[in-house]
Amino acid sequence: MGPVANERATACQGYVRARSLSEAVAAMAGQGTHILCGGTDVYPALVGKPMPARLVDVSAVAEMRAIDVTGSAVRIGGAVTWTEIAAARLPPAFRALQQAARQIGSIQVQNRGTIAGNLCNASPAADGVPPLLVLDAEVELASAGGVRRMRLADFITGYRKTALRPDEILSSVLVPKTPDNACSAFVKLGARKYLVISIVMVAALVRKDVSGAIAVARVAVGSASEKALRLDLLERDLGGLAKGRPPSSVLRAEHFANLKPIADGRATAEYRSQAAWQLVGDALDQAAEG
Amino acid sequence: MGAPVAFILNGKSVAVAATPVSRLSFVLRHHLGHTGTKVGCDAGDCGACTVLIDGAVACACMVPVAQAEGCRVVTVEGISAHTRFGGALQQAFLAQGAVQCGICTPGMLIAAAALLEANPGATEPEIENGLSGVLCRCTGYRKIIAAVRDAGAGVETMPVDAVQSAAVGARVNRLDGLLKVTGEEAFGADAMPADALYVRAIRSPYHHAAFELRDLDAFLTATPGLIRILTVADIPGRNLFGVIPAFADQPVFAEAITRFKGEAVAAVVGELAAIDALILPNFPVTWTELPPLLTLDQALANAAPCLHDNRPGNILIRGRVAKGDPEAALATCDAVVSGMFETGFVEHAYIEPEAGWARRIGDRIEITASTQAPYLDRDDTAAILGLPPESVRIIPSACGGGFGSKLDLSVQPFVALAAWLTGRPVAMVYTRPESIASTTKRHPARMTSRMGANRDGRLVAMDFQGDFNTGAYSSWGPTVANRVPVHASGPYVVPHYRAQSRAVLTHCVPAGAFRGFGVPQTVIAQEQLLDALALKLGMDPLEFRILNALTDTTPTVTGQVMGDGVGFKECLEALRPRWREARREAEAFNAGSTRLKRGAGIAGMFYGCGNTSLPNPSTIRIGLKPDGRIALHQGAVDIGQGSNTVIAQIAADALGLPLSLVDLIPADTDLTPDAGKTSASRQTFVSGKAAERAGLKLRADILRLANAGPDARLDIADGNILVNGPSVIRSIALNTLDTDSRGYALCAEAVFDPPTSPLDANGQGSPYAVYGYGAHLAEIEVDTRLGTVRVLRITAAHDVGRAINPTLVEGQIEGGVAQGIGMALMEEYLPGRGENLHDYLIPTIGDVPRIDSILVECASSVGPFGAKGIGEQALIPTAPAIFNAIHHATGVRVTRAPATPDRLRAWIVEREAGRESLSLALM
Repeated sequence: MGPVANERATACQGYVRARSLSEAVAAMAGQGTHILCGGTDVYPALVGKPMPARLVDVSAVAEMRAIDVTGSAVRIGGAVTWTEIAAARLPPAFRALQQAARQIGSIQVQNRGTIAGNLCNASPAADGVPPLLVLDAEVELASAGGVRRMRLADFITGYRKTALRPDEILSSVLVPKTPDNACSAFVKLGARKYLVISIVMVAALVRKDVSGAIAVARVAVGSASEKALRLDLLERDLGGLAKGRPPSSVLRAEHFANLKPIADGRATAEYRSQAAWQLVGDALDQAAEG
Repeated sequence: MGAPVAFILNGKSVAVAATPVSRLSFVLRHHLGHTGTKVGCDAGDCGACTVLIDGAVACACMVPVAQAEGCRVVTVEGISAHTRFGGALQQAFLAQGAVQCGICTPGMLIAAAALLEANPGATEPEIENGLSGVLCRCTGYRKIIAAVRDAGAGVETMPVDAVQSAAVGARVNRLDGLLKVTGEEAFGADAMPADALYVRAIRSPYHHAAFELRDLDAFLTATPGLIRILTVADIPGRNLFGVIPAFADQPVFAEAITRFKGEAVAAVVGELAAIDALILPNFPVTWTELPPLLTLDQALANAAPCLHDNRPGNILIRGRVAKGDPEAALATCDAVVSGMFETGFVEHAYIEPEAGWARRIGDRIEITASTQAPYLDRDDTAAILGLPPESVRIIPSACGGGFGSKLDLSVQPFVALAAWLTGRPVAMVYTRPESIASTTKRHPARMTSRMGANRDGRLVAMDFQGDFNTGAYSSWGPTVANRVPVHASGPYVVPHYRAQSRAVLTHCVPAGAFRGFGVPQTVIAQEQLLDALALKLGMDPLEFRILNALTDTTPTVTGQVMGDGVGFKECLEALRPRWREARREAEAFNAGSTRLKRGAGIAGMFYGCGNTSLPNPSTIRIGLKPDGRIALHQGAVDIGQGSNTVIAQIAADALGLPLSLVDLIPADTDLTPDAGKTSASRQTFVSGKAAERAGLKLRADILRLANAGPDARLDIADGNILVNGPSVIRSIALNTLDTDSRGYALCAEAVFDPPTSPLDANGQGSPYAVYGYGAHLAEIEVDTRLGTVRVLRITAAHDVGRAINPTLVEGQIEGGVAQGIGMALMEEYLPGRGENLHDYLIPTIGDVPRIDSILVECASSVGPFGAKGIGEQALIPTAPAIFNAIHHATGVRVTRAPATPDRLRAWIVEREAGRESLSLALM
């Protein structure tokens, strides 16, 4: 992101580059206003089409630019880029998120694309979502009326649908404190090595107790339903799994019952189900190995 | 307009009054004249527009210019002065042959500069990661990786531009390379006049539809900045074009009905800002969707309506080659295998979308556009405008990749018509979705084949049938139908043979020419069946091929005996050492692995250079200037493959003068004689031979002038030509000779048309004067649980007769292999879906492994210095070699290409469940 050239918003031709959250939410009041940040979703959607008339650029909003690690939580500003997330010093539970950060689009995309954009775009194939779901992340939604907070799992409501109101900005992602010994992993399956939209991707988080048995396991699967989902039944079944038993060995069909994969140009629905099974096992085993 | 956006561009402060949300790439190109930053997709998928913003790579197509405020922006134009490794990278890219068409080069250089800045000693995986955001369709990436490694390590590169001795055989840097690494090269969209109007086509949103244009005048009046709307009523000549004149059937503007999604029905002309602001769905046209015929089965059904009245049964053309009695012979064979194989549409996916512009000069029209076929463009555009061909001038821009699709018209009729009618220069640049939706594809094929051999390992008979989905219009469909039956045997001796093909019309985007004209499809069937046959006979697949390989003295399936230059066996034998190791290594790996399985597979190919049994001449002209420089009128369009360099190398050696004296006059229908189209792997062979002849002719003229014998040595210095022979030493001052109308002291022109003969009713005859031969060895690893394939290594042996420029030959091989990997594993275009480069996947830098090229030189007496073509040959065997390796690894036969993870996993599951896949069941 460019340095903040001056402290006041610049505005012209329906474009506002906000410097603070208050400026940004004020600018969102107008009808039909779109948010622009890293541009990595906005511009691809506009190939051969004219620009929207009203855009609020939040990339220079000071409150949205930082990652704050405190004793009780980690707060990631909405305009933080994937490159910044990948490079940040974060607890081991964030490893899946950092692994995903390095696989979103290309380095060019990671340098500009932001965490809030990934969540608001709400693609079922958004690589940022499963790692945040296993962190039990919450989002802060700011508007002129104030800030509301909700679980990420509730924020994304369906295929490219979110609970974001037209006047709101996703200003921050909040991750409640994770135990130091929780570890996570992200695995992504695509038809080529780089620059690829996931056929299926999985994030897993595992925390073990002193005996080495699994105390907490969380698993989220993306691209296998209209939105990424946690596998609650599997998570319950993994609780207490003794040391030495790979988590992949407990998988059963019922664990995947809530996934509703579709067929598209990238893969058949049946394949997605099989691949989800395989990748869940891989991600859990990696997370359990630490 | 608000305050101008101010930033530092390549070290200089700039302030630009642009709409703040304008794409930075647009502002760099249109406001600041920095056209070195290329636009391939406007969606962050290709990385061609990669620039540095405060030292970090970004796709300039996704950055609002307002976000550049106060930043340091570095583009390719500033890479040498403003990055630590930029200059070294430029040199290394040239020396390694890391540049082909050059359209991805600026983005690659920028990404590499950023990588080396942070990590000068980057390892190969780190280089791959650092460059992974930029797609290249030409090079196969390996030479790019080598160049980045060299630049980081400070390897001194010795330019071999000025070869003093023999140019043929030397690794000469491409003569047109420098402009490609500095960003100065002008591609189709790079040199638009500032006052140009722009044109945009209105295209069918349905595969098949009836339509009615409503009140166009009202729309024109209501849209500020719009100058004119073009429809069929505006076409002065014929509303028809097609690359094969006898089959021309495609309208510029559809009339009443459209036959594929993306077909144009009208076009709007206006100021750039107005064209960019258009909301296309508001254009006054009413569509009525009609039921389309999209598949072979739909189009071939008895009750299917005809797409074109003159094509009953929706058959565009049939092809046939037959000899002996395959039916009877198959009945007597000791082993017979058979199978059905299918392939999908494949998109060329060059990184440069179609672009160009036209201007009217009096009663002539001049078109500068990205093309592979200037004279075809000229003749078809002239007919559309109702002009004699001489009234149209085609100036090919640099071509950012073609691979066959830029043989057909794209922007040319639109810009020509608009410029003709408005009197102003008019430009057009296809968007990526428009390019994918409306330009030709590789034909999907459905092939059934039976092949038989005897216990002694000799092939006896083959019976092949192939249907090819040719889309809505003819394009190169006839060529595919003709080439297929000639090549469906592969380069093997098959005494009893029958091959029949059909090109079938459907409501899909037209299928046309794509690197191999149908042969990459047939080889998928033939080389997998050969493998199956070898295994059935208990023979080693490589040795089985060697036993049956075509030689100088054995006949092809068309009855042609080549006489010399058949180096197929030599290619196979060159692979033998690695083949044995690779099979052993894979089997050893598999003994200790359950989920991951490795395999090694082989496939061979031959490919006829030039048109099939049709005249195919090229003409080259060479002039000696009074100052002693040599003007090479080289009309063989260089689309990245290197004809500008190769033809010059041949001409220089034929003349016996140093390459450094040669000045290129590249393709331009006003300046260069017709060197035919850049297709069918014909330029090195056909235009190269014409260059050799022209060079020899000019040399003979010089020797005659000096009364010297044929062995005399020529030198040129200070405007004098020095002739140094055994019995004569003479210096001739060139400025004392009379010059011709072009200003040349001496000039020679020569034509070469390869000797071929027509094929009879059974396809017997000599369709090509020369074939190129080759074989690939693929080593792969399959994740059997996920069905994913990793290609570990490719060894490629090609008989090129004579490698005029080994670096360029390797470049063709590596690029062909990369496209073959794409065709094998990931590339399939579904008409009407995924018209972008994130749904349509081509290999990235991480998908192309180490490639070892082995150049075999079995000279052909017909080609220049013995040379044959390599462009298409390089792609053909890759996919079947990978498929045979998949079979080695898993026991699964790939009956449908591409072998995507879902398909391969399904076949593995079938096999594990004891059910054989479709084709094996037939075997």
